[in-house]
Amino acid sequence: MNKRKRLLSHSFGITVISILMGFIVGAIILHRTGYNPFEAYGIMARGVFEKPKYLVQTIINSTPLILTGLSVVFAFRTGLFNIGAEGQFIIGALTAAWVGYFLKLPPVIHVVVVFFAAAIAAALWGGIAGFFKAKLGINEVITTIMLNWIAFYTQNYFVTLESFKKPDSEASYAIQNTASIVILEGWKKSQAGREWLKNHPIWRDVLKTDFNWGFLIAILIAILIWYILNKTTLGYELRAVGFNRFAAEYGGISVKKSIVASMMIAGALAGAAGALHVMGVSHKVSTLATMEGYGFDGIAVSLIAGSSPIGCILAGLLFSGLKYGGSKIQYTMNAPPEIISIIIGVIVLFIAMPRLIDAIPKAVAKIMPFVSRRRGEKHVG
Amino acid sequence: MQHIDFKSKVVEMKNITKVFGNVTANDQIHLTVHKGEVHALLGENGAGKSTLMNILYGLYRPTRGEIYINGKKTDIATPNIAIQQGIGMVHQHFMLVEPFTVVENIVLGRETTNFGGVLDMKKATEDVISLSEQYGLYVDPNAKVEDITVGMQQRVEILKALYRGADILILDEPTAVLTPQEIRELIEIIRNLTKEGKTIILITHKLKEIKQVADYCTIIRRGRHIDTVDVSAVTEEELAAKMVGREVSFDIEKKEKERGKVVLQIEGLTVKDNRGIEAVKGLSLEVYEGEILGVAGIDGNGQSELIEAITGLRPIEAGRVKMNGKDITHCKPKEIIDSKISTIPEDRQKRGLVLDFSVAENMVLENYAKEPFSKKGILNHGEISQFSKELIQTFDIRPKEETLKARILSGGNQQKAIIAREITNDPDLLITAQPTRGLDIGAIEYVHRALVEQRDKNRAVLLVSLELDEIMNVSDRIAVIYEGSIVGIVDAKEADENRLGLMMAGGGAEE
Repeated sequence: MNKRKRLLSHSFGITVISILMGFIVGAIILHRTGYNPFEAYGIMARGVFEKPKYLVQTIINSTPLILTGLSVVFAFRTGLFNIGAEGQFIIGALTAAWVGYFLKLPPVIHVVVVFFAAAIAAALWGGIAGFFKAKLGINEVITTIMLNWIAFYTQNYFVTLESFKKPDSEASYAIQNTASIVILEGWKKSQAGREWLKNHPIWRDVLKTDFNWGFLIAILIAILIWYILNKTTLGYELRAVGFNRFAAEYGGISVKKSIVASMMIAGALAGAAGALHVMGVSHKVSTLATMEGYGFDGIAVSLIAGSSPIGCILAGLLFSGLKYGGSKIQYTMNAPPEIISIIIGVIVLFIAMPRLIDAIPKAVAKIMPFVSRRRGEKHVG
Repeated sequence: MQHIDFKSKVVEMKNITKVFGNVTANDQIHLTVHKGEVHALLGENGAGKSTLMNILYGLYRPTRGEIYINGKKTDIATPNIAIQQGIGMVHQHFMLVEPFTVVENIVLGRETTNFGGVLDMKKATEDVISLSEQYGLYVDPNAKVEDITVGMQQRVEILKALYRGADILILDEPTAVLTPQEIRELIEIIRNLTKEGKTIILITHKLKEIKQVADYCTIIRRGRHIDTVDVSAVTEEELAAKMVGREVSFDIEKKEKERGKVVLQIEGLTVKDNRGIEAVKGLSLEVYEGEILGVAGIDGNGQSELIEAITGLRPIEAGRVKMNGKDITHCKPKEIIDSKISTIPEDRQKRGLVLDFSVAENMVLENYAKEPFSKKGILNHGEISQFSKELIQTFDIRPKEETLKARILSGGNQQKAIIAREITNDPDLLITAQPTRGLDIGAIEYVHRALVEQRDKNRAVLLVSLELDEIMNVSDRIAVIYEGSIVGIVDAKEADENRLGLMMAGGGAEE
């Protein structure tokens, strides 16, 4: 028991140190480029925590990241590298926009139908890569990257369709109100709602955002995924294949089925991210000029989460906070927002090198006398 | 003995301690080796003998302690320094480039070149031939390594070390992969080498070979130096007791037993290996209730493919496999397990265990989907850990903690875990491949007893092993496999090591 606890805290410790290193390297770069790192980090922190609506916005932004992170984690636990969360997200979003606009259903039911339609479509999309891997041995990294672009152009094609595209825009029609998961959406626009909100400025601020049920759903899904992985025979099979496919095969587990199942569930998770994004925030899909990056960010989230479903919630929030808070250093102090990408990159880099972190104390111990000696020499010279 | 120069100590390791994390692999070990001596290093698995030799060869650095080579204190920081000091090592797993010729492999990294950096293979070949004649290490210098036998490959490894000027040769478990004939030849080579003034350090846990070839023997147990003895003055039993720390019995108690009805029936089985070449060719074999059928053979004669085909892990090209009269020829692994076949696989870390699963999770690898371990797809962790606790207790698996990852267990305990799981499956047929590979004497005794116990319970046991001693000790009948076919079956009581060895080498002693 003791040993296990120590291992656990060890990997958690590495994550914390990596995040710290990310901020330290970010500070050094800010300093070198002529910005005060303390001021910049202060602005970022205030940009997330100062007002309730900032915090709410951070939570809203974290929703798709948590789910795409889960998608990557899930595939990874079966030994698969799902680079395709991006494309699966697109397919989910497109399906959600389509079903949300064309179907006329009562509230709640419409949401459920949109959600599952999107998840199923994305599951099939992810399943393609799984099928190719299982049947033909084609590496899922290659197929998922190709499927990302196919998804990308598929969405752009659908947004040109006359019945779907809103005239004079580069986007589809908005989904029906019945398919929206924005909290109190009808009420906050009604007469009574407006009156009430006028007297409650904090709530007015909060509800001005796209405050929606997505985050809660994402947390429930994260718990569900944790449960599936650890408490079900399906999870047992998938993890067995992920750790050692030869032993799994020997134990009578079908490796091929597991690969397809894992990719389908991973796809469904990224598709759910797309669906919640459409139902909660964007309400439509637009012609894409570049990849939006939700799926790719999910890879970073999964690494920071250390392949843990619950860790994805925290990592998604961290990621979202960094991006949202970081965007504010640009217009208040004109600092490059790319610094956020550098911080995230450094965090991931350190997490990927646990041995390096183990070596840091030793290296410091080695360098310290060397540094002081060098300084001494300088004084003499 | 007559070649030993007691005045010159070529290797002296003093107070060597090596700590990995919180494990002390070597605890103040001493080793003194004289010129011209064959010094055996005896110890159970994980006793620390490989660690000690890796320190001598510069692969690890000792935490504490000093090494003297030819009387001079030396810091062996890298294998290159070891080689400069005249130390050569032949690893258990050969490090050869298979598509290269023998000469190319030997000179690799030390190539002789003409001006302009052009390889001088003619000179290299001459050097290799003269070396091999000097020590009686005969090889075909122009054969490709992939085409020669394992015994020949070992000679290439030894030549490689000699070519680099080695005076002290470390041989790590050199006989593990050899036939009895090849072992005899190796012993002859070792004698030639010491005659020429070379010094040999032999890592092994085979007592018979120590008695045959070694002058002195240092015994290590749990990282500590137990004793250094003059081999001619001790018996095998005494050596074993020093190694294990208690008395060990070599002979398996086996009651006479009538075999029952046929359980496994293989007819004309043909199976291809990974390269698409037929590894099993029209093989037929029957295993009966209440018997242990040993399959003897040299590595690579189709044993692995045979087992994988029976257990459904490899497609069958032709022929039939019947279990209790039921055809299981093209069944999936799961269906084959359900037909009451259990397997102790050849490679326990690749097939037998999911190393990153806990011991408890590993204990239900075949039965996780059955009650009481799960119900309607939901695992019952309580039942799983209860079951595992019982197995850990019954089979004395250490450490006694089912939540630990299987990776943490020693090789012997990993094997015990697999045996516990497979035997508890209550099979009609137990297939075991190399069940004692890499295990120490204590664990080997345990495994052998477990196999005999299964036989006494009237189950069929198919034992495939490369260790002829094991086959002869445990089996009731012995089938010899050569190039994918059974070339003969003999009663174990009438088996003769030389004749079996000849059959294993394709010498066709069929009568």
